[in-house]
Amino acid sequence: MNRNLIIGGTLSLIAVMAALVSFVWTPFDHASMNIPEKLQTPNLVNWFGTDHFGRDMFSMIMVGARTSIAVAFVAVGIGMGLGIPLGLWAAARKGAWIDELIMRANDLIFAFPSLVIAILITAIFGAGAVNAIIAIGIFNIPVFARVVRGAAMPLWEREFILAARVAGKNAARISVEHILPNVMNLLIVQATIQFSLGILAEAALSYVGLGAQPPTPSWGRMLADAQTLVSIAPHMALIPGFAIIITVLGLNLMGDGLRDHLNPRLRVART
Amino acid sequence: MLRYTLKRLLSLMISLAVASVLIFFVIEVAPGDPASFMLGINAQPDTVAALRAELGLDVSKWQRYVAWVQGMLVGDFGTSYTYRTPVAQMVSDRLWVSLPLTLYALALSTFIAFPAGMYAAARRGRAGDVTVMGATQLGVAIPNFWFAMMLVLVFAINLRWFSAGGFAGWDKGLGAGVWSLTLPAIALALPQAAILARVMRSALLDVLNEDYMRTARAKGLTRAQTIWRHGLRNALIPVLTIIGLQFSFLLAGSIIIEQVFYLPGLGRLVFQAISARDLIVVESVVMLLVFAVIVVNFAVDLAYAAVDPRLRART
Repeated sequence: MNRNLIIGGTLSLIAVMAALVSFVWTPFDHASMNIPEKLQTPNLVNWFGTDHFGRDMFSMIMVGARTSIAVAFVAVGIGMGLGIPLGLWAAARKGAWIDELIMRANDLIFAFPSLVIAILITAIFGAGAVNAIIAIGIFNIPVFARVVRGAAMPLWEREFILAARVAGKNAARISVEHILPNVMNLLIVQATIQFSLGILAEAALSYVGLGAQPPTPSWGRMLADAQTLVSIAPHMALIPGFAIIITVLGLNLMGDGLRDHLNPRLRVART
Repeated sequence: MLRYTLKRLLSLMISLAVASVLIFFVIEVAPGDPASFMLGINAQPDTVAALRAELGLDVSKWQRYVAWVQGMLVGDFGTSYTYRTPVAQMVSDRLWVSLPLTLYALALSTFIAFPAGMYAAARRGRAGDVTVMGATQLGVAIPNFWFAMMLVLVFAINLRWFSAGGFAGWDKGLGAGVWSLTLPAIALALPQAAILARVMRSALLDVLNEDYMRTARAKGLTRAQTIWRHGLRNALIPVLTIIGLQFSFLLAGSIIIEQVFYLPGLGRLVFQAISARDLIVVESVVMLLVFAVIVVNFAVDLAYAAVDPRLRART
């Protein structure tokens, strides 16, 4: 076990635990307003203080963790679910028209930053957490397709794949039974990175009002609420910001740690 | 080089054509007719029909698509449904905020990342390297809009060096305009600088292990000279790609940062247009953003091939 993995894993676990525990317990009801107690700085009763409606920020952060994690998790799922088969397919038919088509389509998606996809989707279907998931998820597809294709292509030249072909397995079976297990480590690391990018993207989309809608608490929306009050209640901006940073930092460190742990020779491009 | 350029140019054209079809038809399936939205629910059917004709909505989708693309080719983006002014005019006004902001941030990011990455690579494994890499780890994790709010809190509200938002306008002079874009540009640039510094460091480290670096040392150059003359030039290839990619992240990021600083850029335009169902404006702004990304990546590909002849042969 290396240091990055331990620190990153611990930080990520805090965020996941906050989200899970919030289903059974929060110090206060995250939605209940208490105007006389508004804008309290952190204290013994309200550990993270209260917002402009007197809502308990600690409870909101806990419930907000659910939104962030759920959106990022499903978005990574969409990216892997569609990106991995496409990448495997492209690698198996290297140089053929299908490979070319998949890769050019990927280039095209890369030209639409996830925020632009989100703007398009919101323009059509309106804002909401589900649309944020779709926007981030679409952007994840080419990321996974590229990683899988890049890692799978050299494998197709190897002897054990040749042996599998001699044994009469078709390309699809070889992809699933032999290629996929060999690119799994790379995928786990990339998934961690995309997960952390997903948390950041969700926060940004919620901040500009394209993500989770009230009353669903979300870290990005808490920051949007804090914006006009930042001079009189800085804690309203600081605390959700720290929550995002700790989660993203934790996931990134965990990704680095996993990469070294699973295969010290492996290097994943992170952009 | 010519063959490579033509090939890339063809792929650029195809990308733009497909992107325009996607954007147009994705937005066209949106429920809600702009004409009835503008006139409200009590409008007479013949008034709605008249407005539809006036807005050019009464012809088939393909005809409108062709008209839209033909218009864009000559710089005519149509007329905004809500403001009744040419979209091209609205977009170009806003572009004078968003584009300088993006370029400013790109320059800052490069300016911070190059020395930081070079320093870390030169001090590999020592305290300086660990500190710089730790800082980049944090820089990657910070949401840029949150960082923007913190900058406002410290430098605008507490120290009063900058105004907390708004744009002075270029007619107040170049200095005033640049000054009001400084905080937004820093907020946009820092997370990207962190990524770029990491890429710079690892690209340099890869290059430092090459045989020609040892040869350069052996022929009597100092360590600094080898890094400067041979290392940097070769390390620039991956770095250039990332800078190209960052342009699109920064342009998209500027849409969000504009919200923090109340800057009258493309971001505010597009969000206003979405809430007013001013679809022609949304279409045009999105197309413009995608156009910028595709063209910049095309330019990077060409620059890449110009720097490294091996790449021309490969594709």
